[in-house]
Amino acid sequence: MSREPSVRALTPSQTVGPFFHDCLLDASAPCATLVGDDAPGQRIAVHGYVLDGDGAAVPDAVLELWQADDRGVYHHPLDARWSGRSDFSGFGRVGTDGDGRFEFTSVLPGPVPCDGGHHAPHISIAIFARGLLNHLFTRMYFPDEPSNDTDATLLRVPPLRRQTLIARAMPQSDERAARAYRFDIVLQGRDETAFFAIA
Amino acid sequence: MITTTIGEIVRGDANVFPPYLYDAYRSTIRRAPQQPLIDVPLTLSETTGPWQFTERVTKEDADLTRNAGTGGEAIGQRIIVTGHVTDDRGAPLPNMLIEIWQANAAGRYVHKADKWPGPLDPNFLGIGRCLTNDAGTYRFLTVRPGAYPWRNESNAWRPAHIHFSVLGRAWKDRLVTQMYFADDPLLGRDPIFNAVPESSRSRLIASYDHDITEPEWALGWRWDVVLGGAAATVFEA
Repeated sequence: MSREPSVRALTPSQTVGPFFHDCLLDASAPCATLVGDDAPGQRIAVHGYVLDGDGAAVPDAVLELWQADDRGVYHHPLDARWSGRSDFSGFGRVGTDGDGRFEFTSVLPGPVPCDGGHHAPHISIAIFARGLLNHLFTRMYFPDEPSNDTDATLLRVPPLRRQTLIARAMPQSDERAARAYRFDIVLQGRDETAFFAIA
Repeated sequence: MITTTIGEIVRGDANVFPPYLYDAYRSTIRRAPQQPLIDVPLTLSETTGPWQFTERVTKEDADLTRNAGTGGEAIGQRIIVTGHVTDDRGAPLPNMLIEIWQANAAGRYVHKADKWPGPLDPNFLGIGRCLTNDAGTYRFLTVRPGAYPWRNESNAWRPAHIHFSVLGRAWKDRLVTQMYFADDPLLGRDPIFNAVPESSRSRLIASYDHDITEPEWALGWRWDVVLGGAAATVFEA
């Protein structure tokens, strides 16, 4: 596919800094519940920690989350399967607390079709923090999903690092959620989460 | 003049985007990834993105001089900050959610973690929000932020800036950045600004524009935002 030459230079990124909370996590802005109470699908509760290269908590990160609905449909005009009804957003934002902990609730996303198959169910995550001059992109996948073995994105990740993208099943502790998961994000070091070159 | 170790890991064009490791900005040292970023295919997950924002934004959200809800007006030099959000071929990007946050005219954030002895302004929250219109234009009325000290190095001061979050359309085109003001003497000393490759730094700097200035009201500053390309224009359908 050929692209026309670019005529305008892109705007560079800068860090989100330490003072974003009142703006990006304001109560009237997108928040930690990705879907409404009546959205169909299996409820999930996810929590985890964001850690730096020393294993120390990152207490001032914000994560953005983007996912398909329970049938694997993105509620977006580029997804040909979307009906045009906008009763589901699939977008959320969560901050980390003093321990670097975050949590959110959603529904289990369905498999998204692609050339000749399906992507394994996943939630896209963008990570912003003081000290990150550009955000980081990754995905959270689910354990015990046979389709993880054929997912085109996951297969690009070196085998030893793939487990950094797969959440762990946890005992269910939130009565509103059928399934609970833990997903940690390690910014640097031996257990560093696999981040993507998407741009 | 800043001497620093510059990492090789960059997301996006290394002539445009800052590296994750830029050790003059000390917070990068333990937070920058050290493993190469993984080259993954672009799928619907990356070419779609959040875009339904209309109900979240009111007209009042774009006036930071009055949106504190006190009935009073923020103190400082009133400024209009406006510009276009386009893709890299110049096509306007309407309905993008622009969120901004900034220090007050004295350089103080309302945020509880900002503890330096600059005065707070009871009539200023430093938070604004708007959607780009059909021409991709955003517009805020605010006060010019002050510089403020931070503890990155001895006697460190951040140049005056406004934080910008640009959200919409394609997940891959997400942008969070900072807008600076032309002729700020602190720019040359700021490791966050200077982490951007030299040839691209000017694109973070707003220009004074007398055509935007409104008589007996506010000074005008123009700053345009350009987001990455192909998927953004496919959206037309």
